[in-house]
Amino acid sequence: MDEQQLRIFVSIIQHYFEAETGRPAEVGSPFLCDPAQLPVHDFTGVIGISGNRKGCVYFSSPREILREMLLRAGETDVSDENLADLAGEIANTISGNARREFGHEFLISVPVVVRGTHQSISVPRDVRAYVIPFRWHKVDASLVVSVM
Amino acid sequence: MRRLMIVDDSNIIRSKIARALGEHGLEVVGLSPNGEDAVERCVSARPDVITMDITMPGMDGIECIRRIRSLNPDVRILVVSALADKATAIQALKEGAQGFVCKPFTEESLTEAIGELFSEE
Repeated sequence: MDEQQLRIFVSIIQHYFEAETGRPAEVGSPFLCDPAQLPVHDFTGVIGISGNRKGCVYFSSPREILREMLLRAGETDVSDENLADLAGEIANTISGNARREFGHEFLISVPVVVRGTHQSISVPRDVRAYVIPFRWHKVDASLVVSVM
Repeated sequence: MRRLMIVDDSNIIRSKIARALGEHGLEVVGLSPNGEDAVERCVSARPDVITMDITMPGMDGIECIRRIRSLNPDVRILVVSALADKATAIQALKEGAQGFVCKPFTEESLTEAIGELFSEE
């Protein structure tokens, strides 16, 4: 994954939050991260990547962001089930939107959602993992891209 | 009133679509979390229009469109998917969908796309 390809994900995050909430996310600079130290927040939606690429993309967020997004969308049920559902849906949307640039052979799995900050997310050992940090509604979250 | 069925593995997306289109005069007659359920349900629900996700556990949206189309050739199908590449849209249209809305979507883009499905009437 080179800098230009990481920029695709940066741009998708910006577009996603702007389109869904009317308020863009502030996206920081992507950085390479040791797989043992990858950020994990309250809810993490993981998408497996196969086809012409291999690896995974995951979106990890504190509950505050997900809760606020649901409320803004008019959803009154802000149970953990719906927060988890939203984390999976965001991971799915970001990965699916990336096919516009990576092509239809960039195959994405259905999301798997992991709950809790004490969980660890397995990323492929032989693939570099980049963290794209961002902030929305004054709360920090992360997109992790580990794709070769 | 037109009868709407919503097929998406995300509960919050099903609710979002139901809220948006329910306010624009469509009656929600079915909510399905996957392709298998949608094929079964569309026989009894008799929808006039279906919104269809593509990436779902089990049967995906493309296969689901194919099967529903063989059961009900008159139903209008609008794909609502995160898969933003042209090849997926072309494949969905080839299998019998009449429209495609990319996630993330706004209420306006959704109602406009539904309106276009019936613009020839």
